[in-house]
Amino acid sequence: MKYSGFKVIKEALTGHKGWKPVWRKPEPKPAYDIVIIGGGGHGLATAHYLAKKYKQKNIAVLEKGWIGGGNVGRNTTIVRSNYGLHGNEGFYELSMQLWERLEQDLNYNAMVSQRGVLNLIHSDPQRDAFVRRANTMIMNGADAVLLDAKGVREHSPLLNFDNGRFPITGGLLQPRGGTVRHDAVAWGYARSADSAGVDIIENCEATGFDIQAGTVMGVQTSRGPIKAGKVAVAVAGNSSRVMAMAGRRLPIESHVLQAFVSEGLKPLLPGVITFGAGHFYVSQSDKGGLVFGGDIDGYNSYAQRGNLPVVEDVCEGGMAIMPMIGKARMLRMWGGIMDMSMDGSPIIDRTDISGLYFNGGWCYGGFKATPASGLAFAHLLATDTPHDTATAFTLDRFERGLMIDEKGQGAQPNLH
Amino acid sequence: MIINHPLLGPRDASEFVHMGDASLMHRPDPKSETAADDFYRYQYLRDNPAGLYAELWFHEQGDRSWLVVTRNTLTHEIIDVQLARHIARQKS
Repeated sequence: MKYSGFKVIKEALTGHKGWKPVWRKPEPKPAYDIVIIGGGGHGLATAHYLAKKYKQKNIAVLEKGWIGGGNVGRNTTIVRSNYGLHGNEGFYELSMQLWERLEQDLNYNAMVSQRGVLNLIHSDPQRDAFVRRANTMIMNGADAVLLDAKGVREHSPLLNFDNGRFPITGGLLQPRGGTVRHDAVAWGYARSADSAGVDIIENCEATGFDIQAGTVMGVQTSRGPIKAGKVAVAVAGNSSRVMAMAGRRLPIESHVLQAFVSEGLKPLLPGVITFGAGHFYVSQSDKGGLVFGGDIDGYNSYAQRGNLPVVEDVCEGGMAIMPMIGKARMLRMWGGIMDMSMDGSPIIDRTDISGLYFNGGWCYGGFKATPASGLAFAHLLATDTPHDTATAFTLDRFERGLMIDEKGQGAQPNLH
Repeated sequence: MIINHPLLGPRDASEFVHMGDASLMHRPDPKSETAADDFYRYQYLRDNPAGLYAELWFHEQGDRSWLVVTRNTLTHEIIDVQLARHIARQKS
């Protein structure tokens, strides 16, 4: 079924009886050529690009819960390519370009909205750092505009320009950044992969690997054993747990990141605004709710909920930069589990077990990476060589001293 | 979370800084022939369990002692708190 304006009108006139579920609920087959563990955004995008771009057949995606129930539905929906290091920026810019044509590629409305991402500047050193970052962005094909204080005032007049500790002296704006409806990304990729013959198997948890003589032969699951030519792990948040079943330790800790939504308000924010110095960022959803968050809680957690000190910290940041937020009531808050890697950057690589491939370590930046992660992982699975934009994301870079450490924090995951 | 400090009694976790896996107390021998590999594993690889986890907390806004806290990462329940120096002395 192809979606179109004509189809919407036809269904409206005939009682909406023609809409069908957009992916099947297949039983797992005994064997596949490629088994992807993890039916989140990255796993589904990998399946989509494997089937559609790399013409691979006989693929399954195993999801322990339901499609859209994990981190792909728990993030704050921001997309951007404003990284400062070359190993990262080219990859995230590829992702940005894939977002820009995602809806045409998938024939699915993902509400891609390029409303801009603004990083606030409060000091001369911060401006220098952002100028350098903007140049890296431009060198990698992205867009970057440096605003002065007047420019920020025109862009977002409601901010607090009189903050004594953090006066707003400018901003780094990426006009092509913005937001994308996260659930629709999962559904759109699932529908596309399914239509290309990929079996998406929900309520199917991987419980072990069948590894013989250093080669992976298949996966044990809660719905029985499945043989596989190649196994691809894309379970960020739970990477350590899944790879432990293969006897491997990772350069990753799992941490909780909280997010918040206010009651619905009339349109007031032009785009995404980040107040990095105050651990606060905010955007406004199309329903009107302010969607905001801050830092990770800072301790290992698999609980999918955080604690109150970070709630207070985030709200203080909001009050400092945007005092009107104090009039809005908070509607909901939740937590998601992040793979925090030792340098703050992701991993897309083969493992030392033949046929076992790993994608993870996305820290709190996984959502924006979804299309490029899927494409690069599919490229690696199909060709056994890393994608041109993902050559730096190796698993052994920590051993070889080739870290991609945007913040320069070292091997302290709760600081990235 | 409330951390029951062995010397100061119950304190709010926000007074502390989380400093990672308690295994970081046990630095490998730099004179060993396998030191490069040992330090790579020590510095970068983690067990990262879902369940009981022994971790270091530094009482930065208190008495500046280091604690080893055993906590359930699935529930945030704190099971046990000890002074890190107490454990280190026992070990040596």
